[in-house]
Amino acid sequence: MAGRRVVGATALSAVPEGLVRPASEPTGHILPVLPELSELLPSRGLRRGSTISVAPDPARRGSSSLVLALLAEASRAGAWCAVVGVPTFGAVAAAELGIALDRLALVPRPGPEWATVVAALIDGVDVVVAAVPPALTASVAARLAARARQRGAVLIPYGAWEGADVTLRVVRSTWEGLGQGRGRLRRRGLTISACGRGAAARPRQVRIWLPGDEATRVVAGPTPRRVARRPSLRLVGDAA
Amino acid sequence: MTRPVRTLLVWCPDWPVIAAEIVDGVPATASVAVLHANRVVACSPAAWAHGVRRGLRKREAQERSPELLLIDHDPGRDARAFEPVVAAVEEVAAGVQVLRPGVCALAARGPARYFGGEEQAAEQIVEHIAQVCAVESQVGIADGVFAAGLAARVGRIIPPGETPRFLAEFPIEALGRPDLADLLRRLGLRTLGDFAALPAADVLARFGVEAALAHQLAAGHDHRPLVPRRPPPKLDVADTYDEPLDRVDVAAFAARSLAERLHERLAAHGLACTRIGIEAVTAHGQELHRVWRHDGLLTAAAIADRVRWQLEGWLCGRRRTRPGVDSAPTSGIVRLRLVPDGIVAQVGLQPGLWGSAGAERERAHRAFHRVQGLLGPESVVTAVLGGGRSPVDQVRLVPWGDERSPARPGCPLWRSSTGGGDAPSDTPGSQEGADQPAWSGTAPPWPGRLPPPAPALVLPTPLPAAVYDTTGAPVAVTARLELSGTPAQVELPGQDPMEIVGWAGPWPLDERWWAPDEARRRARFQVGLADGTALLLSLATGRWWVEAIYD
Repeated sequence: MAGRRVVGATALSAVPEGLVRPASEPTGHILPVLPELSELLPSRGLRRGSTISVAPDPARRGSSSLVLALLAEASRAGAWCAVVGVPTFGAVAAAELGIALDRLALVPRPGPEWATVVAALIDGVDVVVAAVPPALTASVAARLAARARQRGAVLIPYGAWEGADVTLRVVRSTWEGLGQGRGRLRRRGLTISACGRGAAARPRQVRIWLPGDEATRVVAGPTPRRVARRPSLRLVGDAA
Repeated sequence: MTRPVRTLLVWCPDWPVIAAEIVDGVPATASVAVLHANRVVACSPAAWAHGVRRGLRKREAQERSPELLLIDHDPGRDARAFEPVVAAVEEVAAGVQVLRPGVCALAARGPARYFGGEEQAAEQIVEHIAQVCAVESQVGIADGVFAAGLAARVGRIIPPGETPRFLAEFPIEALGRPDLADLLRRLGLRTLGDFAALPAADVLARFGVEAALAHQLAAGHDHRPLVPRRPPPKLDVADTYDEPLDRVDVAAFAARSLAERLHERLAAHGLACTRIGIEAVTAHGQELHRVWRHDGLLTAAAIADRVRWQLEGWLCGRRRTRPGVDSAPTSGIVRLRLVPDGIVAQVGLQPGLWGSAGAERERAHRAFHRVQGLLGPESVVTAVLGGGRSPVDQVRLVPWGDERSPARPGCPLWRSSTGGGDAPSDTPGSQEGADQPAWSGTAPPWPGRLPPPAPALVLPTPLPAAVYDTTGAPVAVTARLELSGTPAQVELPGQDPMEIVGWAGPWPLDERWWAPDEARRRARFQVGLADGTALLLSLATGRWWVEAIYD
C-alpha cells in the first residue's frame, strides 16, 4: 500500500515470514537479460531492487520492444512478471521474444489506483513493468522505488521517471526487409543509450537487432568431410 | 430367507406430461403426448381416453386424437421438475431413493411407525405432495421395490407376506422385459404367478441370469436394497455481527475465523473448493457479492486472505466515494457469508519439485489476487495465444486464475527460422521457406497470418488513418488487388502526415465470408515510415486503419 510508510525494523517484523526477501540475497539477486543488452546495465543484468526506467518515446520507435527484450531472458529463467497500464500489449511479440505468458500478468487499466496496484505487485512479482501515468508525483515515485529496493523486485517504469538507477533510451531505430511494394518487415536495429547513477553514470550505447541474432544467424552447412579419408577395407591377399 | 424390505413407493402418473406443464406451462388437462424418437412415451388422461397409448407412432397418435399436443421428451426437464417433489417427500420422511423422474421409494417402516400406520403414512405423503407441489401422486406399499411399484399403479397397500399372491395376478409383461415376456407368453406362461411357479434352478439353467432375476421379482423375492439419496451437505458458513464491521482489521479478524470454519467444514467432508463466493450485507441492507476464482485449491489461510483483501477493497472503496460506483458499501458489514463453489475432492497440494519455485508462485499469486481485490477479478488478466490471422485475434485475455484456453485453436508462433534471414518467403501465408508454422496435425494452420516479428503494440480497436500516393490522392485497392497509386504518405488523426519509405502488400484477407455478421474482408499492408516506425495497416471497405504498431 503506497500510503503506508514502512518505518524501520518494527514494520519489517510485522510482515509475515517469507513475504520479504532481503535485497542482499546472496544468490540469484541479478536476473539475466539478453546478452546484447547486458552491456548497458552496470550489473550486466536486472539487479533485484533496482529501478530501470525506459524513457518515453512519443514517436514509437521501439521502446515497447525494448521493454519486452528486457523482460525476455528473466522470464525465460523463471521470473514472474507483471505489466501495468499497457492496454496495447502485444502478447504474440512477447511470446516470440521468449517471455513465458503463463508467468506474466497484465493489468491493462489500473485507473486511479495505479500506485497501489504497482506497490501490490512489487510485493510479489520479480519484474514489474509500469507505464507511468502523466500526473505522478516525485514522492510516490520515490516510495515505489524504495519499496522495490526493500522487496527485491525490479521496477521498470515506462515513461518519465526521476531518479532511476539506469535510464534506457532508444536513440535510433531502423527496419530491415521492406522495399517499395515488396518484402516484409524482418528485423529492426535499435540503438539504445543508457545513463544513470553510480556505476551507470558513464553513458553507454549499444546497437542490437530484434529479433536477435540467433533467429537470423546464418547456420553453417554440414561439416565438410575430411579430405584424407582413411581407406576402408583393402584387399591384402590374392583371392585366387 | 429374509423377507424383502417393506417399501413405500410414490408414483406420479404421466410424469413427463406433468413436468411439461410445470416447466413449460403445457396444459396437462388437454390431450397431450410426449414423444421420443417418433414414439409416444407418455400421454395425458385426455389423450388416453382418445385411445393414445405408449409406443404409438406420432402419426397414429394424431389419428386417434386430432387435437393432440405433441411435446419432445426431455429427461432433464423431467428430473428438474421432480426435484421439488422429492424435497417435499423428504420433509415428511427420510431416506428417499429416486428411481426415475416421477417415481421415488423409501423404506416404509419409519414413516409407518411415526404416523401410526402405513395407511396414515401414505395419506400424509400424498397430502403433503399435493399441498406443496400441487402434484397428484399415488402411493403403493409392498415387500420390495418391484411389487411396491405395481401396488402404486393401483394405489394399494399390500399387507406383509401377501406380496407373492398380489403379484401372481399380473400379466407377464409387468416385468418390463419385452423379449423375455414374449418368449414366456409363447411358452404358455401368461401371468407372473405362472412364471413364479417354475423352479428357480430350472429358470436359471434354461433362460439365463437375466431371467433368473426376473423370476425372483415375480416370486416376490425382491432383495435389491434401497439406496437412499443423501441430501447435499450444507457447506456455506455465515456469521451475523451485532456491531457493524467498518474497520478492515476487525473485518479481517472476523473473516479469518469464518474462513477457518469453512475450511473445517470442507475438510470434514473431504472436499476443497476452487471458487469462493463472498457475500456481505451492510447495515443499510446492501448486499455485496463477489466470486473469487482460483486455479489451485484454496487453503484456510488463502480463504482468509481473500476475504480480507476483498473487505479492504470494499471498505477503502467506500472512502474513495467515486460517483457512479454503487458497489461500495455505505455502512458497516453486519453479516458475512462464504459460499464454496466448484467443489472438488481434496487430493492435497503438490508443491514444486524445487521448493523455491512453489514459494515464488505463491507470492506472485498473492500479489495478483491482491490487485484483483482492489480492482475486480477482471482487472488482472493473462494472455493466452491461439490461432488467428491478425495479432488481435491470436490473443485472448483471460482473468487471472481462470482456465487458460485460447479463443481459437492453433498455435500462433512460427517455428524459429534457422536458415538465415533470406530463407523466409516474402508473402505471409505462403507455406514455403524455413518459416513454416509449427502446427501439428490437429491444429488448423491459419493461412494468411503474418510472419514474425509480431507487432509489439496491438491496438484493441483499430485507429483510422489515411494513405495518400505521390500525387496526394487517397490510395485505393481494386478487387483484383491493384493499387491506385504508390503509397507515399500516411496520416494519423491529430498528427502531421508522415512519409512512407517502404511498404509491402496488399495481402488480402477474406475471413468468415460464410457468416454475414462476422465477415471481414480487408487488404493488409506493412508500412515503414521515415522516422523508423513501422505500422500494420489494413484497408477495409475503402477506409484505412492502423491495426498494430511495430514499436
